[in-house]
Amino acid sequence: MSYFGEIYHGIKTLLTGMGVTGRYFLTSGKGAITQQYPDNRDTLQMFDRFRGEVVMLHDENNEHSCTGCQKCELACPNGSIEIIWDRGVDAETGKKKKFIEKHIYHYGMCTQCGLCVDACPSNAIVWAQNFENSVYDRAELTRVLNKPGSKVRAGVEE
Amino acid sequence: MNIPLNISGPLHNWLFAILPPAAAGIFEMVIMALVYLAIFAVAGLFLVLLERKVAAWFQLRLGPNRVGYFGLMQTMADALKLVSKELTGTEKADKFLYNLAPYFVIITALMALAVIPFSSGFQAFDINIGVFFIIALSSIGVIGILLAGWSSNNKFAMIGAMRSGVQTISYELSVGLSLLTMILLTGTPQLSGIVEVQKNGWLIVQGHIPALIAFMIYMIAGTAETNRAPFDLVEAESELGAGFHTEYSGMKFAYFFLAEFINMFIIAAVAVTVFFGAWLSPFGITESIPWLGVFWFLAKTLAIVFLMMWFRWTFPRLRVDQLLKLEWKYLLPLNLMNIVLMALIVWLNLTIQF
Amino acid sequence: METAILKSPFKSEEYFVNMGPQHPATHGVLRLLLTIDGEVIKKVEPDLGYIHRSIEKMCERDSYQQIIHLTDRLDYLSAHINNEAVCLAVENALELEVPERVKVIRTILDELTRIASHCLWWGVMGMDVGALTTYFYGFRDRELINDIFEETCGARLTMNYNVPGGLRHDIHPNFVKRVKDFVAHFKTKLPEYDRLLTGNIIFQKRTKGVGVLSKEDAIAYGASGPVGRGSGYSCDVRIHHPYSALHKVNFNEALQTAGDAFARYQVRIQEMWESLSIIEQLIDDIPEGAIQVATDAVIKLPKGEFYQKVETARGELGVFIISTGTKNPYRLKLRSPGLSNLSLLNHITVGSKIGDLVAAMATLDLVIPDIDR
Repeated sequence: MSYFGEIYHGIKTLLTGMGVTGRYFLTSGKGAITQQYPDNRDTLQMFDRFRGEVVMLHDENNEHSCTGCQKCELACPNGSIEIIWDRGVDAETGKKKKFIEKHIYHYGMCTQCGLCVDACPSNAIVWAQNFENSVYDRAELTRVLNKPGSKVRAGVEE
Repeated sequence: MNIPLNISGPLHNWLFAILPPAAAGIFEMVIMALVYLAIFAVAGLFLVLLERKVAAWFQLRLGPNRVGYFGLMQTMADALKLVSKELTGTEKADKFLYNLAPYFVIITALMALAVIPFSSGFQAFDINIGVFFIIALSSIGVIGILLAGWSSNNKFAMIGAMRSGVQTISYELSVGLSLLTMILLTGTPQLSGIVEVQKNGWLIVQGHIPALIAFMIYMIAGTAETNRAPFDLVEAESELGAGFHTEYSGMKFAYFFLAEFINMFIIAAVAVTVFFGAWLSPFGITESIPWLGVFWFLAKTLAIVFLMMWFRWTFPRLRVDQLLKLEWKYLLPLNLMNIVLMALIVWLNLTIQF
Repeated sequence: METAILKSPFKSEEYFVNMGPQHPATHGVLRLLLTIDGEVIKKVEPDLGYIHRSIEKMCERDSYQQIIHLTDRLDYLSAHINNEAVCLAVENALELEVPERVKVIRTILDELTRIASHCLWWGVMGMDVGALTTYFYGFRDRELINDIFEETCGARLTMNYNVPGGLRHDIHPNFVKRVKDFVAHFKTKLPEYDRLLTGNIIFQKRTKGVGVLSKEDAIAYGASGPVGRGSGYSCDVRIHHPYSALHKVNFNEALQTAGDAFARYQVRIQEMWESLSIIEQLIDDIPEGAIQVATDAVIKLPKGEFYQKVETARGELGVFIISTGTKNPYRLKLRSPGLSNLSLLNHITVGSKIGDLVAAMATLDLVIPDIDR
């Protein structure tokens, strides 16, 4: 009898499995779990902590708060950040002061670990939430974060 | 050769009126062949699309929805792409057999399509040994797969082909025997005759218990015949990559692909013909409108095709020894018992007739 | 010579097949050199090195904060647990006592990681034995966990959320609610996994008695994690050497004695239930407090050797640090579970069919970057 018992048991388990997929088939009208990605670009909202790309914040006067302390450069495990800096004379205080010429960010080498943003003492660099980062030329992945003509905001000290 | 081309009555008469009989016969055959080729292509492409859509709905996805409204043109676009692709091959392949193999598969599928009774007048070739003809043809198809695997000089393809041989030879028996069980009831293997008998009730009702068992066995064996999951050992993706058609590309690959879907359609169509009254409407509700027969036939066939898709997207794959065990230890003895049971039922007149 | 041929007219011959490095069943760039006789496997020889990135050597170059983000890329499905292993090793060496809050959050995230990893494994396991739909159901549930990670840690896979001395930032305000929602959701889905795959007769036939590993062999080959526990070898680091908040929770070690592929499958399913229970015990009262203890900007470990082991989703991950008192480790050795588990493959699959090899390999749950560091 176990011969037929086995057949019965086998068919029962198969039907149970078909029940699971069958229920999903019938409720498939309720919507899929996948997203139609390029179509939903406008409504797509990333989480605010998402680590997409390092950017430098600039205010309306084209001023940022990067003092050129190079802590991010030191913190980076991959050497993705390169700071070209110089010393100049502060117009107000007349003291010699460090300022950045270029804050170069090699996005192609970045692993999005977040150590640079954590290391920044003046919150000059933050994470942007963009994720569409394909480019046609590798050189485009090397970015200069400070905008041309920008300068450090007054009062931000090293 | 007596080929009742009922569908083309007016065409037939017109051709024979204006041409000498021999030329008219050939001309008519060519036209019919073209019609069936068109059916073949459209049905194949439609079934591929259906499979992808059904799979998506089972898997909480959307499926193809970009080309054409609701993705309806997707498979057309795929076919166009495949036509335009380069036909690659392995260097040490047996070129003649390698090129021949896809045609074996596709021609047998096409030939089997000819005997399917789509409607009362829509059957190209009502041969008097219809059921046997289909069984015989489906065994020829496997030669194509064996040749493909063997000639492409690839070990994975070879394993796939050998599995296919083993599988088809075994499951042929079950398909044949389960259909034989039903022939006991009808008394004729001619497909139009089988449909005629079912005017007193579909065979699955007439033959009740043994017919139901025969149907289940037929569905299992039929799925195995078409090399579909859970019996897709031939192209077991996680084991063999693509199996026997690993080395095929472009249109030659598409032939295998289309033939697989047409074979699925044929298996379902035979199941509908033998068990579910072919083009007969349920309870004769539309008996007065004969052209609705095609609709009923296709509706029933698609229901069976859907069942096979449901199998595919639910079950894991069997192992090769388990596949044989299932056939020789379970399906075959059950089938033989079932034949005896059916014979008894027919002898004792226990069938249910309306 | 002639007589020899006459004696065995159907002489069979072994042949050789390359499975991988690009093959659907190897889940990455693992190459298996198979010697096959017909369908029967005579020998399996894994060939490694296709994704070697010399992570251990890179660790010697980096500071201790920087090492952590490299461990994300070992077994990327247990990224958070790998991070924690290094952090715990560094904290132990510095004799730092991290706040209770950190410990609890770390443990919750550990278990979420484990569930996510097992979800993926379940889907892929089904796919390897031919049931393609499981893949999408497994991923559906895993995506919810990834959302939790992304909201709190900032990334879905390479989280890098742990730092020596605590956590990078506090949990997101939505964290508790999301985790609770997930636990409730997953409790309805896990029985579905059983109905769809575990109970299925074909699946059971495919996995029962396949890839059998005895307890002695499991110990001899250094198997750990679900692979060892499937053979009855009690090797859960969480039980024997509890770390973080694990001493606060009650849970059972998932143990099976059969040692076959199905036993390993059951262990993982049971582990998902246990992980859910651990999360439920902790999520309601996450203690208040700091999320970090201050460390020096440049961490220097005292001179000596430090070892910390944790239980990742795949087994025991050991981090062995030799420090000479500088800001970089002199040597950092990672004992990854995948490599030991892979070494079993030949042992458990010889004499079985190709289909069995795929099923057995799926239950070893290999992640190739974990094997090839």
